[in-house]
Amino acid sequence: MLAFNVIGLCILVVCFALDRRKTVRSVRRGLMMFWKIVPEMSVVLILISIALAVLTPAQLRQWLSVDTPAHFATALVVGSIALIPGFIAFPLAGVLLRNGASVSLVAGFVTTLLMVGVVTLPMEARYFGWRTALIRNGLSFIGAAAIALAMGRLL
Amino acid sequence: MKTNRRNAINLGLTGIFLLFCAWSVWLAHNDFARRAASGYLGFLKEMLSVMPMMFVLIGIFDVWVPQDVVERHVGEKAGPIAVVWMILLAMLQIGPLYGAFPVAAALWKKGCAARYVFIYLGAFSVMKLPMLSFEITFLGWKFSLVRLMLTLPVFIAIGYVMGRSQTCANMKNATMG
Repeated sequence: MLAFNVIGLCILVVCFALDRRKTVRSVRRGLMMFWKIVPEMSVVLILISIALAVLTPAQLRQWLSVDTPAHFATALVVGSIALIPGFIAFPLAGVLLRNGASVSLVAGFVTTLLMVGVVTLPMEARYFGWRTALIRNGLSFIGAAAIALAMGRLL
Repeated sequence: MKTNRRNAINLGLTGIFLLFCAWSVWLAHNDFARRAASGYLGFLKEMLSVMPMMFVLIGIFDVWVPQDVVERHVGEKAGPIAVVWMILLAMLQIGPLYGAFPVAAALWKKGCAARYVFIYLGAFSVMKLPMLSFEITFLGWKFSLVRLMLTLPVFIAIGYVMGRSQTCANMKNATMG
């Protein structure tokens, strides 16, 4: 996080030294774009935090530790809908694996979590249109399921 | 006009939720409310620490980088080496996936081919370096490596499929910036 901002700041300083007016214009344009999308981001975050408060990591762990096709499907669906940040999802997945959950189930959960975002669909649609957003997420879901099954075979 | 009204509604919802957060932190002794509030404040902090700089960099990209440079390297006529550029760009970034949408839109606007825009989104969602290091820590390098090797061809394929389909005509009409 810090490194990203420091590097960004360095780029900004270099640009400013090269062309003051152009840089001011860039920053204003960027912040305008930010301002246009920030309320929507905030509402998405509200939805995610309420969902995570309803569905605690302990409950998820309970759900995902049984290995049947139905649970595999559940893992895919939960992973697609949820938008759990990496710092919660990866430790959770690690615990699941160590407790003997199947690799394909954990992989399915992690991969859909990363590749498919149902909660963020409205934001994606705002930039790319609904059709494109839905197709991208649909293809990603199929891809994630295939990856998860293959990982179950390989590991 | 439409965007303004939508933003006003979303800001209103945010305001109400912030009041709820204040209430749950100071007054309520309710576990659920407290969890929701602390979750939201954590996410908000994450977003506000990354997104402004991300958008400033998008602005710089938009103003400084000439269209023909983008077209030459990652445009319709660019070769498969463009895939490598997109993956490298995605790997160096941080933040949640919704932060990648405006970057992808800016790339598209500058003449980046649709297939490479979607490869960028795919790479961003599964191979950001900060995220990989986290995954390796908790799931082990073997799990991460196998997942990467399997995911790489999948999102590249998705990119090419998306690039071929007519859906991308929609992107031109979608609201941007």
